[in-house]
Amino acid sequence: MANTINKHPAGSRSKLPGLVKSLMGAAAFASMALTAPASLAEVNTTDLAVTEDTVKVGILHSVTGTMAISETGSVQAEKLAIEQINAMGGVLGRKIEYVQEDGASDWPTFAEKSRKLLLNDKVAAVFGCWTSASRKAVLPVFEQYNGMLYYPTFYEGLEQSPNVIYTGQEATQQILAGIDWVVKEKKAKTFYLLGSDYIWPRTSNKIARKHIEKLGLKVVGEDYYPLGHTQFNSIINKFKLKKPDVIFASVVGGSNVAFYKQLKAAGIDMTKEKPLVLTISVTEDEILGIGGENIDGAYASMKYFQSLTNDNNQAFVKAFKERWGDDIVIGDVTQAAYLGPWLWKAAVEAAGSFDVDKVRAASPGIELTTAPEGYVKVHPNHHLWSKTRIGNAKTDGQYEIVYETPELIEPDPFPAGYQ
Amino acid sequence: MSYAGFKTLFPKSDLIGFAVLAFILVVVLPLGVDIFRLNLIGKYLTYAFVAVGLVLCWGSGGILSLGQGVFFGVGGYAMAMFLKLEASSPENTAIQSTPGIPDFMDWNQITELPWFWQPFHSLTFTVLAIIIVPSIFAYIIGVAMFKRRVGGVYFAIITQAVAAIMTILVIGQQGYTGGVNGITDLRTLHGWDIRTDEAKYVFYFLCVFLLFVCLAVAQFVRKSKLGRLLVAMREMEDRVRFSGYDVSNFKIFVFCLGSAFAAIGGAMFTLQVGFMSPTLVGIVPSIEMVIFCAVGGRLSILGAVYGALVVNWAKTTLSESFPELWLFAMGALFIAVVMAFPNGLAGLYSKYCEPFIKKKYNSIRANRKGDVVAKGATHEQQ
Repeated sequence: MANTINKHPAGSRSKLPGLVKSLMGAAAFASMALTAPASLAEVNTTDLAVTEDTVKVGILHSVTGTMAISETGSVQAEKLAIEQINAMGGVLGRKIEYVQEDGASDWPTFAEKSRKLLLNDKVAAVFGCWTSASRKAVLPVFEQYNGMLYYPTFYEGLEQSPNVIYTGQEATQQILAGIDWVVKEKKAKTFYLLGSDYIWPRTSNKIARKHIEKLGLKVVGEDYYPLGHTQFNSIINKFKLKKPDVIFASVVGGSNVAFYKQLKAAGIDMTKEKPLVLTISVTEDEILGIGGENIDGAYASMKYFQSLTNDNNQAFVKAFKERWGDDIVIGDVTQAAYLGPWLWKAAVEAAGSFDVDKVRAASPGIELTTAPEGYVKVHPNHHLWSKTRIGNAKTDGQYEIVYETPELIEPDPFPAGYQ
Repeated sequence: MSYAGFKTLFPKSDLIGFAVLAFILVVVLPLGVDIFRLNLIGKYLTYAFVAVGLVLCWGSGGILSLGQGVFFGVGGYAMAMFLKLEASSPENTAIQSTPGIPDFMDWNQITELPWFWQPFHSLTFTVLAIIIVPSIFAYIIGVAMFKRRVGGVYFAIITQAVAAIMTILVIGQQGYTGGVNGITDLRTLHGWDIRTDEAKYVFYFLCVFLLFVCLAVAQFVRKSKLGRLLVAMREMEDRVRFSGYDVSNFKIFVFCLGSAFAAIGGAMFTLQVGFMSPTLVGIVPSIEMVIFCAVGGRLSILGAVYGALVVNWAKTTLSESFPELWLFAMGALFIAVVMAFPNGLAGLYSKYCEPFIKKKYNSIRANRKGDVVAKGATHEQQ
């Protein structure tokens, strides 16, 4: 944690033997205790749940109901990050304690629990939500009680709340680079847009269509299916009829299992790339359900894949597996959720305070050189600068990374010309 | 109403029950819990409207509706449409491609407010719509079903299908309804901020007041000839029909009444929670509402209120303490209630508590009057 380590000079320098390291850790802790963390009155002027040696945060995800399967990874990532931060001495000399609440895949429950976290538990920050619907439900609560939410999912954009830090990508960050890549590398000319029927796929496809048409290329079809839909035979027939170069898919959740199985059963071999499948909704987590052999050859446009080979990611994957088991996979959102507590810690330390207003003011420009995805930076619009990568799905359920944007992509939640 | 009329409408034991509930809701809870918890209780009470309606339809009339969420949703959406229009003033939505329409319409490339949204600029229209639209809707379903003598399980299945259709419709027409996200970010009512603590108190007491109005109406129906006919129909429909009554009309009426109650609950839900979404319309919430009614006791209107309160309170408390295990605890609770107390909390009360209270009461009276003959111990049980 280069940006934060400077504040604890005796912290974990790499490649030291374990004993020395732990001694130094203890020394660091002792020295911190001696130099005494900033006094309570200084770091907390707004009656948050901060004591001399602890600070409370909230974790708000669905651990029951239909969304539990997707959100569990985020909960694990956030807990891991909190434990790691505590092992390093905490934030402003205070250990993080978390209060976990269950949103139960039910949007009114999310609103109720967020109110509880902010009003009763007086948490300094909340890491949580997954679906757009849950975020929309809690947003007025966070704005009313001036809380801070770290939201991990890639989403449709069109939002920029002073009370949310969006650690996932907004739509343009995920889509434009992906389409540019298939146009340039795979000479794609025609596209078929397919999605589940709700705001994220619709907005994503709107942006995709505008971009494709700007490039002078053609969208030959656009279709939506209800959430949970499992019959994709008719659309597969349309693919065969219209022969698009690229199927651009934003099908979510359980529907993916049916879609890719039926695609394979209909004789479309994705490894032949005729048509090429480019998805923005299938992470390693979803492949667990779909089965690697059923999606072999498809491409995904994401900011993170578990197979990234940089040092940060290798350490992250190792720590994650040690904490949560060897057979676990890590998807794009899980990594984004892991960034939340670290970004919050960095902002709190930059602000020298837990007060939400000060943390907000300190947030733009916060950078994380230790992010598993490489390097990220908070934009004044509360989204992250990050790279987009293209992965090629393999039978083992992992993506092989075939392309990475050379530069960080600027987040643009209200893209002009794409609305 | 004459004193005698009042006495038949509210016999002493019922009156005590009403008074105790009123005391709990108006005095004990507002003084005993903070505004956050009180707001939650207000939310639970909105489900109690539905449960009271179900006691009339299911408990008295034997009409089991598994689609009450639809009417709850219609009421809630009507209120949300009014509030959303107020929140979407051209100044608030200047950032959109078309300012002045709700944000989700803008995201769905709709450039003009649809015609059926127009009247919701008026609060009077909205309030009338909350009661009338679901009643008409229930009337149509009722006529279609009961005139054809569809009843029992078939009726339950059809109402469930209606709930499913409604959810699909709301989610599918997201440009007009907000889709999966629902209608969110509601702020003011005629310029009055509905998110403040003060507003929460006002809505809580309004909710309690409306609940008692509904309870009084329900009590009136049960004590009237209509109520006795409903019970007769539940027990032996053919015999009532042979006696010359048009059975379907009574069923349609009570079904409409239950749906109007549900819609009032839905509107209060929107006001207190601050948004409306399709998760409250579908099959799962509809069945949950039947569970509230069953736990409270499907034969007792007051039991239904306690049922809604207890189940939801348990849900909140258990999920706060055991975020990953609470669903199992809830499941166990339901199974235990249904297996051990088929008449719910109200059954428990009338079996164990009531005789005890009555005995005490009578012995006190006997002591005072020197009269050992206990009277009034035979009047009808709830």
